Amino acid sequence: MSAYIIETIIKVVVVMLVFSALAGFITYLERKVLAFMQRRLGPMYVGPYGLLQVLADGIKLFTKEDIVPSNANRPIFMIAPVISAATAFIAMAAIPFFPEFDLFGHTVRPIISDINVGLLFVLSVGAIGMYGPLLAGMSSGNKWSLLGAARATVQLLSFEVVSGLAILAPLMVIGSLSLIDINNYQHGGIFDWLVWTQPVAFLLFIIAGYAELNRTPFDLLEHEAEVVAGFATEYSGMRWGMFFIGEYANMITLAFLSALIFFGGFNDLWFIPGGIAILLKVMFFIFLFLWVRAAWPHIRPDQLMWLCWKVLMPIALVNILITGIVVMI
Amino acid sequence: MVNSKAKYVEVELEKYSLKPFDRFKRVMKRTFKGELFVGLGIVFREMVRFNIHTTQYPGEKLPISPRYRAIHELLRLLESGNERCIGCGLCEKICISKCIRMDTHLGEDGRKHISEYTINFGRCIFCGYCAEVCPELAIVHGPRYENSSEQRAHFGLKEDMLTPIDVFKKGAQKEYPGFGAPSPDADKRIKKTPLAY
Repeated sequence: MSAYIIETIIKVVVVMLVFSALAGFITYLERKVLAFMQRRLGPMYVGPYGLLQVLADGIKLFTKEDIVPSNANRPIFMIAPVISAATAFIAMAAIPFFPEFDLFGHTVRPIISDINVGLLFVLSVGAIGMYGPLLAGMSSGNKWSLLGAARATVQLLSFEVVSGLAILAPLMVIGSLSLIDINNYQHGGIFDWLVWTQPVAFLLFIIAGYAELNRTPFDLLEHEAEVVAGFATEYSGMRWGMFFIGEYANMITLAFLSALIFFGGFNDLWFIPGGIAILLKVMFFIFLFLWVRAAWPHIRPDQLMWLCWKVLMPIALVNILITGIVVMI
Repeated sequence: MVNSKAKYVEVELEKYSLKPFDRFKRVMKRTFKGELFVGLGIVFREMVRFNIHTTQYPGEKLPISPRYRAIHELLRLLESGNERCIGCGLCEKICISKCIRMDTHLGEDGRKHISEYTINFGRCIFCGYCAEVCPELAIVHGPRYENSSEQRAHFGLKEDMLTPIDVFKKGAQKEYPGFGAPSPDADKRIKKTPLAY
């Protein structure tokens, strides 16, 4: 038992460290890729090709003064970014990152906790993460923050429904909520991937995911041109940095989820071993985040609600209906 | 001067047909063109082409036009190395923001000498009138636009603007081709002053 506890603690620490560092590195990647797509160079001065920019940003964030506005609701204002960052990492507890492997004769399962409702856990913790922006915006005592918080609510109400309904159809096919079961369902090579049988569910899931992470086509919460920085207007230093880390950790989570549910997860792909296969898929999804951000404009809140309630939700329902009929037959 | 070859081209706009079937076709075309993916394709193409337009500023600088009006310079006469400025005071008079101040005195050689010449760069609007009016091409606008300093006065004194004598002796004084300077074909355009009408 104690060995199990120690192993879990080690896994938690590794996941925390690796993904915080990766979240920082993705900010560098994002700036570089966006720059290349806009014919710029991006960060170039700190370190070779600006590689140490992440370090410089980190030092800046950690050493900046922590300002709490006098009209803010102090305890809520201070706890909101913690919610955002913590839920992003808690969601990772139920995600199997790699296939099992042997380390010093000990079989390591790279999942912190294989609970049988893994997917539900990840989605619900992700939904709780929206309390971060919501509470931050409401406690800041700033109208821009309040608008950002209102938009967070709009987004949460709209897209939680779509992502839940979209994920229902593949779950009906598989019959399990455990992400390991979902992964094992697609072990038979590329044609077993769920994206071929559930393409509509995949599209809906990824659209809803972008909205939940407030990435570009739906980045209403903190769109500079409209609401300054949305819920994060009054934040500075490490508290703002925690929102940032939370956002990028969520990006990684969503990339892993999409790869696991729809793209065969960590099953071996032709000659590529499973661990590398899932890394490639996750890298593609993260690149897709950046790519979409470079190419597409963002939409208005009313368009977001229109898209969600009048287009995506009916499609998701029809998809569930058709899947149900096919499963029944 | 207007380029006579330049021609205005009118944009040809497609006429919108209002027949129901044509409108239906237009909706279909717009729906299935996949413009979102066209956008994705364009940014991806630009990334692969890697046609970067960045100028890495302190390392690289874009060439500036000879007519650029930056911090002023006072030039020296080419033969003797004396100051070109004859103290006529025209620049002081024409300066519309009243930022040029000059003091002159009668030198021992019986000529007018400049004892003090300052430009207040806090007020200068870099209009270029002083360079244009100067009959001796003594005050010109130089190419130095990176003027950050602890004090504005660091640029505005006569010693700062005048070409240093050692630089001049190396032949490094650049003649100014820009604002207020005579055109390259000025010699050809000189006409005899008509004395008799």
